[in-house]
Amino acid sequence: MTDNSNLDELVKQHQDILDAHTREHVQWHFNPETGSPYWLEKAKSFDFDPLTDVNCFEDLNKFPLFEDDELRGGPVDRWIPKALQGKPTYVFETGGTTGIPKSRVVIDDFRIDYENFSDTLPDEYFPKGANWLMLGPSGPRRLRLAVEHMAQHRGGISFCVDLDPRWVVKLIKKGKIDEVKEYSNHVIDQAMTILSAGHDIKCMFTTPKLLEALAMRLMDEGSSIEEAGIKGIFCGGTEFTQQWYRFAREELLGENVFITPTYGNTLMGLACGKPFDPADNYKITYYAPQPRAAIRVVDFDDHTKVVGYGETGRVKLFTMTKELFIPGFLERDEGEREEPHVKYPWDGVSGVRPFHKIASSTTVGVY
Amino acid sequence: MLEIPVLRWGTPYESFDQQEVVHFETGEPLAKVHQANAGLVKMDMRKAQRARDLLREIPIPKLLEICKKAAELYMTAELPLGNGTQTPEEFCRIQSASTGMPEWMCASNMKKVSFVLEHMDEILDALTRGLPLDILTKGYGKEERGVMLSYQANSPVLGLVLPSNSPGVHTLWMPILPMQIGLVLKPGSSEPWTPYRMTEAFCQAGIPRECISVYPGPHDVGSTVTELCKRVMVFGGQQTIDKYKANPNVQAHGPGFSKILIGDDVVDQWEDYLDLIVDSIYLNGGRSCVNASGVWASRHTEEIADAIAKRLGPVGPTSMTDPEAPLAAFTMTGAAKAMNGQIEEGLKESGVTEVTEKYRDGDRLIEMERCDYLRPTIVHCDNPDATLANTEYMFPMASVVKCEQKDMLKKIGMTLVCSVFTEDQDWTQQLLDATQIDRLNIGPVKTNALNWLQPHEGNIVEFLFRARAFQNEPPAAH
Repeated sequence: MTDNSNLDELVKQHQDILDAHTREHVQWHFNPETGSPYWLEKAKSFDFDPLTDVNCFEDLNKFPLFEDDELRGGPVDRWIPKALQGKPTYVFETGGTTGIPKSRVVIDDFRIDYENFSDTLPDEYFPKGANWLMLGPSGPRRLRLAVEHMAQHRGGISFCVDLDPRWVVKLIKKGKIDEVKEYSNHVIDQAMTILSAGHDIKCMFTTPKLLEALAMRLMDEGSSIEEAGIKGIFCGGTEFTQQWYRFAREELLGENVFITPTYGNTLMGLACGKPFDPADNYKITYYAPQPRAAIRVVDFDDHTKVVGYGETGRVKLFTMTKELFIPGFLERDEGEREEPHVKYPWDGVSGVRPFHKIASSTTVGVY
Repeated sequence: MLEIPVLRWGTPYESFDQQEVVHFETGEPLAKVHQANAGLVKMDMRKAQRARDLLREIPIPKLLEICKKAAELYMTAELPLGNGTQTPEEFCRIQSASTGMPEWMCASNMKKVSFVLEHMDEILDALTRGLPLDILTKGYGKEERGVMLSYQANSPVLGLVLPSNSPGVHTLWMPILPMQIGLVLKPGSSEPWTPYRMTEAFCQAGIPRECISVYPGPHDVGSTVTELCKRVMVFGGQQTIDKYKANPNVQAHGPGFSKILIGDDVVDQWEDYLDLIVDSIYLNGGRSCVNASGVWASRHTEEIADAIAKRLGPVGPTSMTDPEAPLAAFTMTGAAKAMNGQIEEGLKESGVTEVTEKYRDGDRLIEMERCDYLRPTIVHCDNPDATLANTEYMFPMASVVKCEQKDMLKKIGMTLVCSVFTEDQDWTQQLLDATQIDRLNIGPVKTNALNWLQPHEGNIVEFLFRARAFQNEPPAAH
């Protein structure tokens, strides 16, 4: 009873924080002195004034849906808020598709996102000062820099092994499965070399498929992830299912290695998984890093309407940082709306999977 | 409702991922099938050798007895299936309900499987060309004439990525266990029934459960089985065949483009062969790779086409429980419509005529709420280069092609089964030499009349075992 009332109170507090954060960031992005050329221009087409008519998170429904195709092509500096112009800027690409990629300019957000995420990691499994292995795509993605920054933020050094998912997609499309296998072996070879080189690596970021490949290679050589010294893994980037979570914990890693799923993208930052609870039967529930980003599970036919707890809907994303404003964007995913958790006292989403209407045409990540 | 687990070397595994198998006509759920993930397969394949080791502990003659017992259990017993049980009648009913095959065809396919198991001793003797079978166990040995032989298993297990719609093909993997090779089965999403029932029959008959894995699952489970098993049979369309044609580890089974060729010496008596031709096109709903999709002759082709069309044109779908139901349903949305569209396109070419139309009341394509049917279609092509002269669809459809006898072997292309009616010795020799023909029948044999003592789409023994040199004493001086 006390727990529930505490949770209710926390939820209310965090709703207030979200509302205040919304007001602050709308003022920032639509102020002619600080806002980005893109949003200042876009505001001219609205039938409301964001500066006066948006006073809480709910008011974001007044904005039309954000179309991510807007992110394709240049000039990318139209996205940089005037107040931040001139600062060292990165551009990161999203997805593994070909054609003109979606780009996002970033100044400090990736560092802030990963510092915040770092605060959610248990030190027992991700010891401060420990070194990291970053096994996944780098190139134009933010992952390498973000993980490296997090490792440094926690006092460690990140060793990186790259994988180019676009090359893998090309090989698969050409049916060159042997070459895919050879490339995968090449990536795992490098990870094995780093793990065997005495670098005291205890933490790792990787994707489900690469973790599977690395764990099995270690087993084939009579070792294991645990024996290689890894204590904590944060894992994401491609589909991470309930079944795979169970398989990873029960068979790949053993009970002494901690794994936490994440759900994220270049637009949102990094959502956290609800802490593992045996009672959940490996159900994976994600919570966005509110108030910098929020996710809502909305009705398939009316994106302004949030579905009931436990009900299925499409994932709608909102991002509000000083660098990026996204007032509602329909992700290519669906899932079930979940109750707030004491660690993350706001709505979560579970069972995330490709939105059923576009699932057949979606290329599932390969890395 | 039936709930069917994954079987990991015989151990049931309940997955968080499940898929419902539904009745193709009503959408009623028939069973919940637990789904493997690719990682499970990868993990288990590390123990594949154990399956062969266990099987090698059982002498092959004993395994042949087990096959006979399994045949009986498969045909007659009420066998466990997941959280329930299944009688043979229930098996046929549920298989029909999920695949669209009429129940009597399901029963008939059961008999084929059972026949193969019952006669496994003769089949292995024929397929190994009389090899003393302990050579497969031991790896080497002397045959009757005193010659040393050695055979090495190419893989401890055979992987199978099975189809959803053609229960008859399961006969192809029946000889694997008695050759002491383990089984890794990835059932088709609508036809988990045969792999599970057969597994239970084998195990109750005496095969150690650790020798068989059954992994229902999404596509990446199939591709993992294909990648990790060193010998694999996959079933699919022409695209699948093309994809694996350069991969010696994979035996890909797809369309057969099976044909009947009528020689100039007998074509004037074509009516004598009409029953054989019709059966070759029509039996088993025209669904098998061994059903004829072409009838080639140099003359009388219009009359031949008309006579076949007269027999098959009126045929239409009936109930799945009809003991003579002639057609299987297409349960995949849009598949029948797409095929119908391709046929219509082909009919636009000059010299190509549909002959069945005049004997059919209504359209070729029958669209229903949850399934479709295609009614038998006979096409006449006045030249062998027409698109429809060499196509194959999964219903009774054939092209009667006008072609000079001297040009037939140049034009027929890859042909799984070729039945040739002729007594022309010169042509017979050319046919025997034609490498584009796999199974050759010279004489009045239906394309779908299989002799199980003959190899089918490649010899499974040659696929699984490598003949090699072996010496355990110095050779004679020479």
